[in-house]
Amino acid sequence: MTTLAPAEATTVARPQRELTYAEAIREALRQEMRRDPRVFLIGEDIGVYGGAFGVTGDLVHEFGKDRVRDTPIAEEVIAGLAVGAAITGMRPVAEIQFSDFVTLATEQIVNQAAKMRFMFGGKIAVPMVVRLPGGSGTGAAAQHSQSLEAWFAHIPGLKVVLPATPSDAKGLLVAAIRDPNPVMVFEHKLLYRTRGVVPEELYTEDLKAIVRRTGRDLTLVAYSVMVIRALEAAEQLAAEGIDVEVVDVRCLRPLDEATIVGSARRTGRVLVVHEAVRSGGFGGEIVARIVESEAFDFLDAPVRRLAGRETPIPYNRTLERSAVPQVEDIVAAARALVRE
Amino acid sequence: MEPSLTPERLRSALQQMMRIRAFEEMAEQLYMRGLVHGTMHLSIGQEASAVGAVLALEPQDYILSTHRGHGHCIAKGADLGRMMAEFMGRETGYCRGRGGSMHIADVDGGNLGANGIVAGGLPIAVGVGLSMQLQSLPRVCLTFFGDGAANEGAFHEALNVAAIWRLPVVFFCENNNYAMSMAVRDAFPTELISQRAAAYNLPGVTVDGNDLHAVYAAAAEAVARARSGHGPTLIEARTYRWRGHSKSDRNLYRTQQEIAEWKERDPITRLRARLIADGVLGAAEADAMLAAVHEEIAAAVAFAEASPEPDPAALEDEVYA
Ligand SMILES: Cc1ncc(C[n+]2csc(CCOP(=O)(O)OP(=O)(O)O)c2C)c(N)n1
Ligand SMILES: [Mg+2]
Repeated sequence: MTTLAPAEATTVARPQRELTYAEAIREALRQEMRRDPRVFLIGEDIGVYGGAFGVTGDLVHEFGKDRVRDTPIAEEVIAGLAVGAAITGMRPVAEIQFSDFVTLATEQIVNQAAKMRFMFGGKIAVPMVVRLPGGSGTGAAAQHSQSLEAWFAHIPGLKVVLPATPSDAKGLLVAAIRDPNPVMVFEHKLLYRTRGVVPEELYTEDLKAIVRRTGRDLTLVAYSVMVIRALEAAEQLAAEGIDVEVVDVRCLRPLDEATIVGSARRTGRVLVVHEAVRSGGFGGEIVARIVESEAFDFLDAPVRRLAGRETPIPYNRTLERSAVPQVEDIVAAARALVRE
Repeated sequence: MEPSLTPERLRSALQQMMRIRAFEEMAEQLYMRGLVHGTMHLSIGQEASAVGAVLALEPQDYILSTHRGHGHCIAKGADLGRMMAEFMGRETGYCRGRGGSMHIADVDGGNLGANGIVAGGLPIAVGVGLSMQLQSLPRVCLTFFGDGAANEGAFHEALNVAAIWRLPVVFFCENNNYAMSMAVRDAFPTELISQRAAAYNLPGVTVDGNDLHAVYAAAAEAVARARSGHGPTLIEARTYRWRGHSKSDRNLYRTQQEIAEWKERDPITRLRARLIADGVLGAAEADAMLAAVHEEIAAAVAFAEASPEPDPAALEDEVYA
């Protein structure tokens, strides 16, 4: 974590202050908007409504409708507005109401934002952020529950960030806003109400993986909500005498291979866990990086994946739960892997 | 009165509107009681637009629906028990519990599905229209969408293609004044959404969406035009949703007074009064009709509650044909 000297006076930090993940995002937006007049928000129902998940909340009352700007339902234009503003001196933060609707904005993000700097010979920068609430678990069914991060991790020119904790939600978002490149920040709908300690001052987190828990027997590599489930699984496994390390990837592109490979080398057993569908999911990339690395010689078992089933997300609660890894699934898979 | 609106059809239209209202009220109750997972979008206040539009269709015609689709589905003749079962995520539901409130499809009944993607149905409607044209089938596809959907690129692409190929499509916009919190007055540079039809050289009409007769008349003309090979029409039905957009809505963008004013224009009260005045129906008969509808809804809930949950082991079965 890098603490930054803020332009304005801040209150004395109470280190134990807790916020929800949603509040932490709002605080990042508020503090960055106060600090930098170029930062503005754009999206559907982010103003008076406060955002579909209440993330932008009251920001419109502090910053007004120009800087917390509601648009008609027009995702391609939302992304395009961000691109156009970013290349001409602004720092837009766009909200795509549910990450699924990024399918309508992909042209501007993938063909335009991601490629401009390179195509134009490095003559331009696209400092924009797209915030995308994703994931399942809320009964929102097939078109409102997807985990599409791997699509964007496939695109050179984009950065792809997935915070798992409230303090990362703030620090990674501030880093994304200050990044001179287009950054896709996938938030998880189930995390919005989770609480954690969040520093009051402005700070950035590096777009790098971190070890959330150290252990000797096995590494769980996860991101987003699966980090929380992996940590819970690690607790349960500890009671059985299995000592689990948990690596939170945090950023898929650029990927911090060193942290992942280092952990794999130490424990010799790796289970990669994500919610996104297994085939073509980012876990395949992580596994490949590990087996291609010097960690290969230290592996005691095949590197394994636990991921979403090969299906759209169903509506029924029991089906929905069964479609993506739960804590008990992680525990079972980890236990089996340790015995291999 | 339209000649084809026989007393019998009018009575049945009123009953369909009552069914929609009662279904939505029950859906809301079930949600409040924690019996339903997820969210829902209620169409209370918009019953005349759903029923009036579908009244102009033949049974073999198609509709495409939206996230606010319970009313369209009922209007097209869906079984209330299977709808309720879907809403409650049961195996006996229209989508075997996989789709839920936002994705109810009654394919055999010509409802090609509700859609969770705003404007997602418009391009599909154009495809259905093309398919009818290619197969020389005299069927029409009516696609419902909201005012908000008219600002997606898909709306413009769909209208243009349907117009140049004269496809048998009716674009039926339910303008309920809001797309979530975005007011129509802030989202459109024009007074009427139907003005957009001019850009694609097709007829555009705006009607009182809370007046069943007006909706029917506009839809009947559009359907006849589509069926006879003269291409699409854009209909804008002006209406209002009484409830919040979904369960997360705190109604911060509109006033209680505005909501109350629109409740004065209740499409069901209006049609009931008109049918009684026209001698189509007696007051006692109307009351009995409503009582019968409530019994149907209760039976639908009982059917859903007695139905089994889907089996997680079969989850991947329906991914491919
Ligand atoms: C492509 C897309 N963008 C945004 C949403 C989120 N959303 C769902 S319904 C809705 C409002 C739709 O308004 P309108 O089309 O007027 O229909 P209404 O809800 O008023 O019936 C929004 C923003 C979505 N489902 N799909
Ligand atoms: Mg609307």
